[in-house]
Amino acid sequence: MKQQELCYVRKPGLFTTIQDSGRYGFQRQGISPAGAMDPYALALANMLVGNEASSAVLEITITGPTLLFKQDTVAAVTGADVEPILNGNRIAMWKSFAIEKGDELRFKGARSGMRAYLGVQGGFAGEGRMSSHETYVRANIGGVNGRELQRGDTIFCYGGKQAAVPPGTALHEDLIPGYPNKQVLRVLAGPEEDAFTEEALTTFYQSLFTVTNEADRMGLRLKGARLAHARPADILSDAATFGTVQVAAEGQPIILMADRQTTGGYTRIANVISVDLSKAAQVRPGQQVSFRKVTLRDAHELMRKERKLMRSLATRLADQQT
Amino acid sequence: MHPLRIEPLGDQALRVVFGTSISVETNQHIRSLSWMLKEQKIEGVLEWVPTYTTLTVYYDPLIISFSSLEEKMQYLAVGTGDVPPAKIYRLPVYYGGDMGPDLQKVSEQNGLEWEKVIQIHSAKSYLIYMLGFTPGFPYLGGMDERLATPRLAVPRRQVAAGSVGIAGAQTGVYSINSPGGWNIIGRTPVKLFDPGQSVPVLLEAGNYIRFTPVTLEQYKEITEQLEEGTYEVSYEEGTSDGASSRP
Repeated sequence: MKQQELCYVRKPGLFTTIQDSGRYGFQRQGISPAGAMDPYALALANMLVGNEASSAVLEITITGPTLLFKQDTVAAVTGADVEPILNGNRIAMWKSFAIEKGDELRFKGARSGMRAYLGVQGGFAGEGRMSSHETYVRANIGGVNGRELQRGDTIFCYGGKQAAVPPGTALHEDLIPGYPNKQVLRVLAGPEEDAFTEEALTTFYQSLFTVTNEADRMGLRLKGARLAHARPADILSDAATFGTVQVAAEGQPIILMADRQTTGGYTRIANVISVDLSKAAQVRPGQQVSFRKVTLRDAHELMRKERKLMRSLATRLADQQT
Repeated sequence: MHPLRIEPLGDQALRVVFGTSISVETNQHIRSLSWMLKEQKIEGVLEWVPTYTTLTVYYDPLIISFSSLEEKMQYLAVGTGDVPPAKIYRLPVYYGGDMGPDLQKVSEQNGLEWEKVIQIHSAKSYLIYMLGFTPGFPYLGGMDERLATPRLAVPRRQVAAGSVGIAGAQTGVYSINSPGGWNIIGRTPVKLFDPGQSVPVLLEAGNYIRFTPVTLEQYKEITEQLEEGTYEVSYEEGTSDGASSRP
C-alpha cells in the first residue's frame, strides 16, 4: 500500500514511538517482539478508526508530542488520559475524531496511566523492517530510524482506499478501563516457583509492591518485602516472555515488558497473564501492584472472552463504516 | 526417552525441559525438536526459542490447546528426524591491539604468551547453544579452560559490536554495541546482527563458530568487502569433532 506523509513532529514528547502488535518469529535469534506495551489500548485505538487491531499506532508516554497534520485523517486516542487538544480544543479519549490538513494535535499530559495510543486511519507506517513497523529501540529497528520521535521528523501513514469509522464513534463506558493507584495482576506460577521459601511465596501473593522509577518498556522494577530464595537466584539462561516476573538475588521482583530480553538468567517466580499485561503497562512509578494466582485454564478462558469481545466490537464498528 | 517435563511459561508459551545441565547431547535433542517444529508447521505454533536445556514454544491457546500441544511435543521429542548437518562458521578475528584491550590480561592471568592464547582460542569450534541477551548474541560452549578469566570488576560502558570476549569459562561475540563486562581479546568485522539484511541474524543455535586469526590488513580488507557486499562468511559442515568440507 502507498505511504503518504501524514504529519510533522513539532515536539516529540517524553518518549513517543511507532508500535504495533509486535514482531514475532525472531526470538530464537535474540530479537524481542517489542510492540505496544498495552495491547488492549492498541487494539481499540485501531478499531475506532477502522483498522486491523494490530496496525501501527503512536505510543505516547505521559507527555505527548505536538503534531502538525499534512493531510486529512480520522484518529482516536486510547489508554492513559493524556488530554488531547486539537487546534486548542479539548477532545475526548476513546472516541474517533476528524483531523484536517493544517490541524495541530497536542496533549496536555497524562492525568492517570502511563501510555496513550494514537491510531489513525490506515495506520502509521514505520520502517518496515522484518515484517513489522514497530520500534525496538534497543536494536535500532523499525519505526522512525529505529528510535523514538524527534523534533522535525515527518511521520508517514498508509493511504489509499480505506473504509473509515465515522468521526464521533465512541465506546461503551464498560469498555474503557480505569487506571487506579493499586492494580491487582493475575499471574500463573513461574518455572522456578520452588526456588523460593514458603514465606517468600506467601509474601509475594499477600503484600503490595511499589513500582520504582526504573520502569520502562523493558521492564518494571518493583520494591517491597524481600523475597528469600531457598535455592540459588541464578539459573541457566532460559526463555523469558511478556509478563515474566523475575527475582534476582536481591529479592525484588521485575516484571518483563514489551522490550524484554528473549532470555534471562534469574529465577522466574510467576508470569502475568495476557489479559492483565495492559494493566501492568499503565502503572506509574510510586503506584502499587499485588499478585493473584490463577490457573492456566482461567487465563485461557479470559483470553477467549477478550478476543470474543474484540470480534463483536469489530463487527459493530464495521456496520458503521462509511 | 522418558516423558519430558512440559510446563507453561505464561499463558502463551510452553517449555519442554530436556535436562538440567549444559551438554552437547541435550543440545542435539533440542536441535532435533526445533527442526521438527520447522518441518511440521503446527497450526497455532508461532515460534520457538532453544536455550541450554529447554525448548520454549510460543503458541496461540485459542488455536491449539496446551494439552494437545503438550501431547504433540512428547510425541515429536521421541523422533530423531532428518536433521541437516550442523554448520561451522568461520569468523575472521583480529586479536589484540586496540580491538582486543584485554588480551594482555588474559595472557598474564593464565601464564600464557599472547600468541598461545590466540592459538588456543582459534583452535576449536564452539557450539552455539543459544542466542539471546541482545539480538544475535551467541552463547558458546567448549572453551579451553586454560583461557578462563574472571569478568571485569567494572563493566565497560560501551563494547563495540564484533568484540570477541572471555567471561569465566565462556567465550562469546558481542552482536551489537552494548555495555559489557567480558575480557575483550579481539574483534571480528563480520556483523552478527544486521537489521538491513533479509536474514538479520547470521548464526543459529545448534551450529558452530570457529575463529580465524587475521592481520590488521586483512581485517580492513574484509571490512571493505563487507561494505561493498562482496564478502561472505564461509562455513563447513560438521561438528567440533570432525568437519567435512562442503563442496
